[in-house]
Amino acid sequence: MPIVTVDGIEVEVPQGATVLQAAELAGKEIPRFCYHEGLSIAGNCRMCLVEVKPGPPKPQASCALPAADGQEIRTDTEMVRKAREGVMEFLLINHPLDCPICDQGGECDLQDQSIAYGRGRSRFEENKRAVTEKYMGPVIKTVMTRCIHCTRCIRFAEEVAGVEEIGAINRGESMEITSYLEHAVHSELSGNVVDLCPVGALTSKPYAFEARPWELTKTMGIDVMDGVGTNIRIDSRGREVLRALPRLNDDVNEEWATDKTRHAIDGLMRRRLDIPYVRRDGTLVPASWAEAFEAIAAVKAGSSVAAIAGDLVDCETMYATKKLVNSMGSDMLEGRQTGLSYDVSNLAAVNFNTTIAGIQEADVIILVSTNTRWEASLVNTRIRKAVRKGGAKVFGIGPEADQTYPVEWLGDDMSLLTKLPKEAADALKNAERPAIILGGGALSVEGAHGAALKLAAKYKLVRDDWNGFNVLHIGASRTGGLILGYAFDGGIKAIAAKKPKLLFSLGADEMDYAPFEKSFKVYIGHHGDAGAHAADVILPAAAYTEKNGTYVNLEGRVQRSNKAIFAPGDAREDWSILRALSDVLGKTLPFDSFAELRGQMFADQPDLAVERLLTFDWAPPTGLSDKPTGQGVHPIKDFYLTNSIARASATMQRCSAELLHGDDMLEAAE
Amino acid sequence: MGFDFLQDKDRIFTNVYGFQSWDLKAAQKRGDWDKTADLIKLGNDKIINEIKESGLRGRGGAGFPTGLKWSFMPKESPDGRPSFLVVNADESEPGSCKDREILRNDPHKLIEGALIAGFAMRARAAYIYIRGEYIMEAKVMEAAVKEAYDAGLIGKNAAKSGYDFDVFIHRGAGAYICGEETAMLESLEGKKGQPRLKPPFPAGAGLYGCPTTVNNVESIAVVPTILRRGATWFSSFGRENNHGTKLFQVSGHVEKPAVFEESMSIPFKDMIEKHCGGITGGWDNLLAVIPGGSSVPLVPAEQIMDAPMDFDGLRDLGSGLGTAAVIVMDKSTDIVRAISRISYFYKHESCGQCTPCREGTGWMWRVMEKMRDGSADIADIDTLYQVTKQVEGHTICAFGDAAAWPIQGLIRHFRPEMEQRIRENAASENRGEEVLEAAE
Amino acid sequence: MAEAPNTPDEIEVRAKWGNFKFTPENEKLAKWQIAKYPEGRQRSAVMALLDIAQRQVGEETKTQGWLPVPVIEYVADYLNMPYMRVYEVVTFYTMYNRAPVGRFHVQVCGTTPCMLRGSDDVFAACKNKGMAKGKTTPDGLFTLTEIECIGNCTNAPVVQINDDNYEDLDYDIMSRILEDLAEGKTVPAGSQIGRKTSEPEGGPVVLKEMVKSNHDYRNEW
Repeated sequence: MPIVTVDGIEVEVPQGATVLQAAELAGKEIPRFCYHEGLSIAGNCRMCLVEVKPGPPKPQASCALPAADGQEIRTDTEMVRKAREGVMEFLLINHPLDCPICDQGGECDLQDQSIAYGRGRSRFEENKRAVTEKYMGPVIKTVMTRCIHCTRCIRFAEEVAGVEEIGAINRGESMEITSYLEHAVHSELSGNVVDLCPVGALTSKPYAFEARPWELTKTMGIDVMDGVGTNIRIDSRGREVLRALPRLNDDVNEEWATDKTRHAIDGLMRRRLDIPYVRRDGTLVPASWAEAFEAIAAVKAGSSVAAIAGDLVDCETMYATKKLVNSMGSDMLEGRQTGLSYDVSNLAAVNFNTTIAGIQEADVIILVSTNTRWEASLVNTRIRKAVRKGGAKVFGIGPEADQTYPVEWLGDDMSLLTKLPKEAADALKNAERPAIILGGGALSVEGAHGAALKLAAKYKLVRDDWNGFNVLHIGASRTGGLILGYAFDGGIKAIAAKKPKLLFSLGADEMDYAPFEKSFKVYIGHHGDAGAHAADVILPAAAYTEKNGTYVNLEGRVQRSNKAIFAPGDAREDWSILRALSDVLGKTLPFDSFAELRGQMFADQPDLAVERLLTFDWAPPTGLSDKPTGQGVHPIKDFYLTNSIARASATMQRCSAELLHGDDMLEAAE
Repeated sequence: MGFDFLQDKDRIFTNVYGFQSWDLKAAQKRGDWDKTADLIKLGNDKIINEIKESGLRGRGGAGFPTGLKWSFMPKESPDGRPSFLVVNADESEPGSCKDREILRNDPHKLIEGALIAGFAMRARAAYIYIRGEYIMEAKVMEAAVKEAYDAGLIGKNAAKSGYDFDVFIHRGAGAYICGEETAMLESLEGKKGQPRLKPPFPAGAGLYGCPTTVNNVESIAVVPTILRRGATWFSSFGRENNHGTKLFQVSGHVEKPAVFEESMSIPFKDMIEKHCGGITGGWDNLLAVIPGGSSVPLVPAEQIMDAPMDFDGLRDLGSGLGTAAVIVMDKSTDIVRAISRISYFYKHESCGQCTPCREGTGWMWRVMEKMRDGSADIADIDTLYQVTKQVEGHTICAFGDAAAWPIQGLIRHFRPEMEQRIRENAASENRGEEVLEAAE
Repeated sequence: MAEAPNTPDEIEVRAKWGNFKFTPENEKLAKWQIAKYPEGRQRSAVMALLDIAQRQVGEETKTQGWLPVPVIEYVADYLNMPYMRVYEVVTFYTMYNRAPVGRFHVQVCGTTPCMLRGSDDVFAACKNKGMAKGKTTPDGLFTLTEIECIGNCTNAPVVQINDDNYEDLDYDIMSRILEDLAEGKTVPAGSQIGRKTSEPEGGPVVLKEMVKSNHDYRNEW
């Protein structure tokens, strides 16, 4: 490993490191705009110039220069200081002085670095350049005069999002960053360019002029829009969540988040359930908590009780509900709302074993009935990386969908699982790190799970240091639910067949309530969506930003989310509702605080006690049916509207209409 | 005049003016494609050595020794990647118009040179990148390439040498920056011509990521003759370290602007007298000369008069030979405007990729325009100079330097003129009115 | 790329050029261009194909041609390239016209070597004929563009009109050329003062044998 000195400090750097990275290892801050860890190196902003010996007698761009043994790097010389001042001055001459009306203010790289490295005054007396705004879609606001042409947005769109719809047209000082013909960028990840933009050229459209960063309370949370468990920072002010931003976690979301993660949050303020309701004479009418509880007690369900968990709930809520249902004498718990009933005897057989970060190492990947781009966008970016950087070959069984990388579609007959075409079979056979990914749609096809497990055995997808068998869950609650036993033998259908008198719905909005017509349905949740409409009693609860909670993502990673704000109106945190209800039902739950609840959950399920990646022993069930027939399906019909929060979100509705349904919102937006 | 002018028998480009046909038959009669296979049979190392010994330095402007450049190419390809020769025919440096004459009048010299050079560096093909505006020139080159294929001179078993070699013409579409070698590679790959970060250098990873050498048209076209006549012949012209014959292009205020081949190191005055009929209005009327194309700093009359026209001679004057595109300016010239127009050129041609060039070229030009009409302040001259220094050496490619140097040369040699103009303007009565008008 | 391209309305342009495809001859040309590059590197031919496409538009509009959006997209699809990448190329290089031009695209070089030898007069001649930089004359005949050095510096000043260079100009010569073109006459390209190419005015001072015959100097080596 090369040893270099940085301002006289000797550091050993990893092979392949750049001079910039070497300087950082030595504790030296290097200013930069275009350089970004998650993107290719452009070297165009010239802010990171340092002096390097041996080398030409001029400053070098440290982001692009490989660190080499014996290099003498200086970041503190007159040459470097002047170079930074010069570049800073150039960046500012055509940058407007509109910080007071710029949403980037307070979190702007250009502001910060001009204070640290700039000259303090401008010598530029000419007119500043003005650039027209470019429409980029429903979530990106543009003020292109502020653009410093770092090209991060272009590189993100091309490299990570896989949507080459952003570019730089013209040249020289006329160069302008734009979307193609100024139309919306068709990417579920487009909002990331807002974070990447080091200045106020690209800002968040829904957040425009909402707040200044120093007004916001920042809470570390976990996103529930899909099964990835994106690490987020929830920015709130008072009782309102104003932003959800990704936090860096290289194992999970890197530093990206989907547009749904970022922008469904305006749905938290709409269609909220903020008081209890009781159905009287066929109509839901407002009620007090006591009336609502009494109505439930009046059912006298005995042990004829079941609970269905929705996609957004936390482990604590599921655990408390489980305790209540168990104490009433029932074990009818289910989280697979859409009716799936796959075998769960071995959690490894229904887990994303390769891990999110691991899938980018795969060299051959078979997608089975999954539109990964919609079901887990940030798993899809990893697959894209495997293709781009590792040259991975991807095959697909099931309906075709644009995954942003080349997929060899084999057909949508699920029986292909038992008789792969030669090309795919050969590729799997010769692969060093082969992987299969079963989407939610695959598990709905009878025999597909068994066939996939058989295929895994045949092609040795599970090896000493590699497990290439993956099931891709869509719901944030799914893996936690499976650990907590929310999987009834035979699935929802079997529970319906038992005709429970009382049915608890924990925010289950994607299920079919028709088979439970006779059941007394208690909806514990936060939005007036499908579940609430079907309910006999509504108990208003907290959304993910309004409670502490544990979530296990699709790869089995235990993560905790923190409460950012209070639930609106009379709504309460789920656990306290269950605790109070248990009293009324005479089955008092044995905890008086959230901490006590957690303590008991950890004792019962030690797996959930520590934030870590769980590994499940590979012991797949045998004897499953393995002759799938029929066609695969994609369970998600509209990426932007997959849950009750997103459906309540004006921004998500706009994204859906404009980006998926082609409504020409362009003019309306202008 | 004591200088030994180049004799016609020692000129490489005998059809430089195009009085005779460019076609294969005519070219062969002039000596092109004569036993090319024998030259190739010298072998890679021998050819490269001969070029090294000839003292040939790149004719595209930078003057890097051509043979040395070729020797950077890998001797074998461990991973099966082919190597490429790219011929830079993107002649766009203001003042330069020599490659044009080779392309349209002596294309076979270039094609033969490409084959030999390509063989020497173990390339599988040459791409000749011709600037888009050379429409007729590209047509001639395409036709000449076709002739050469039809005659078996290139392609499989090129010129019966046993070596397979292709030559392709690629046309640009109007971008000076594509003359920068890595921008040229980007452009060849179908992208915007934006220079790449170096390292990696083209000899390691160039066109399509394969080892690549980019050479100027003239550098390649002289190769067959050098091999035929020997390194010693070529190196007998010019001073030490500045050998060979060279196509000069004299434009501007001379009686008869022209392109001609001369011996390197020819004194400026001798050159102008012999080939261009003198300076317009006589030698006393000479103001300044830009001796190597727009990117090099100008040289005032008294300094250039006896200077040897070669790399080192002009470097010693704080300028450069560049492409030997000599722009002559007599005393009728508005020297500030002449340089300001060059600044406009660089503003217009900046690719926009990196900050100092994108922002600096426009700033420099705007201040230069204020220098031109005298509406700047005296202190702006220092600011302008500092801005050029902030651009120079801070950019991805050498374009930033090229944009900075002409202004630096102007300030170095004509600062009194600039100051006087500012003072005169300030004194003029009109000024108050203009300010009022501008304010309205 | 004109100085300030007046890109025409997208909807209208799509309606007019939506069905653009190469003529059989141009299809052949395109295939030949693509074949110059290694397998998998077809996008190298994008510049050539844009040129072919612009010329075809030129044929159809009796001008130098330009590149309407559907034509750009046609080329992108032809090479399996993202539209944005082709659009970037179109806007980067000056020879792709992003808006319609007149019958004659009068491209006057204004860079220093031409400026020194009178490009101001050439512009004046254009202006006198009612032309303005970046604009097309109302009769659709001329579009005037100031271009940067086109490498004919020893024959300055120079204008490129469509594909032809006219060299060694002055005010009167330029006026005559414009008049002749307007009248539909053909004007021989090249030097307008009788030079063959870039030899000194009045005839070469070296290589005089070459004027008369294809002299072989090897006997004198």
